Amino acid sequence: MAQAKTYVRPMAGWWRRNPYFVRYMIREGSSVFLAIYTVILLVGLYRLTQGQAAWAGWLAAMTRPISLLFHWVALITVGYHAYTWWKVAPKTAPDLRFGGRPLPEMIITVGGLAATLGASVLIYVIVRWL
Amino acid sequence: MADGRTIEIEVLRYNPEKDAEPHFQSFQVPFSHDTSVLQGLQYIKDRLDGSLTFRWSCRMAICGSCGKMVNGRPELSCHTFLRDYYPGKVRIEPLSNFPIVRDLVIDQSDFLKKLESVKPYIIPREDKDVKDGEHLQTPRQMQQYYQYSQCINCLLCYAACPQYGLKPEFTGPAALALLHRYNADSRDRGWEERAELLNAEQGVWGCTLVGYCSEVCPKHVDPAHAINQNKVNSTMDYFGVRKFLMPRGGA
Repeated sequence: MAQAKTYVRPMAGWWRRNPYFVRYMIREGSSVFLAIYTVILLVGLYRLTQGQAAWAGWLAAMTRPISLLFHWVALITVGYHAYTWWKVAPKTAPDLRFGGRPLPEMIITVGGLAATLGASVLIYVIVRWL
Repeated sequence: MADGRTIEIEVLRYNPEKDAEPHFQSFQVPFSHDTSVLQGLQYIKDRLDGSLTFRWSCRMAICGSCGKMVNGRPELSCHTFLRDYYPGKVRIEPLSNFPIVRDLVIDQSDFLKKLESVKPYIIPREDKDVKDGEHLQTPRQMQQYYQYSQCINCLLCYAACPQYGLKPEFTGPAALALLHRYNADSRDRGWEERAELLNAEQGVWGCTLVGYCSEVCPKHVDPAHAINQNKVNSTMDYFGVRKFLMPRGGA
């Protein structure tokens, strides 16, 4: 059979066409701040191995306004990323069934968010006061 | 059918013999409370422009033929009502990510090839003669795959999947959900036969979990879940531990 002539629509700008895709791009993009934060933390760890002066230098750099600004932005975006992460977690979870019924997606999302919040508070308490 | 109200329907038109690219054409369509988008298109074809081309069949959301983009969202046009868009206008386009054959008709041959490639049939666990009776299954075993067997191949999930639009070699939501449907069936032993496709870059790993496929599915098949739980199975398969941890085919 002869192949009919067809028209293939361009994909350029696809993510701007639907608010769902915009949220997806923000979700994926927010992980970039997590990656940058991790690198900063690893540099801090490396400076710690180089002695007291190096460590003090890194700590001083962390108190600069640009650094504080980055950490606030990173905290907000990583918080949003954690929310979206648990929002899609029911899709990545195995088929969980209890008494033949699937576990409601809500339970995975809310449970995961509660665990994240609990762990964050626990780590904050340990680092701050213990 | 009309109750005095009319709505503007904008339809993407494309005639492969005349047009270099598609363009929108506007129609005024009378409608009432129960007029579906599909009936709106039928009104145009019957009364205003007989050349308008689109697919449809059952008119009750089970045949999967009448999928269109309605104001940018993949919908079954028989399952979508003009009243919900009034007084705004309705913009109807062919399903995204597929080549346009003519007007609202897309070329679905790529999907049909992919559907075939997942071996969407039971590969029997035990070789049984017909005279030995049925392959029995408990209600709980049936629940493992029932949801995924509800797919009507309407292709809304492919139109919702930007990964399929960007990388047409991706096997895509419906075909992978059906692959899982058979793997999850207690009567089936086809995991190994379907593994090469599932484990491939164009298999489950082609999905980046946008998740819109599950959002638009009119039958609540949840292809995003079918695909993403198999990323775990695929990883276990890679390390050679799937058989020990998931003796029932990961389902």
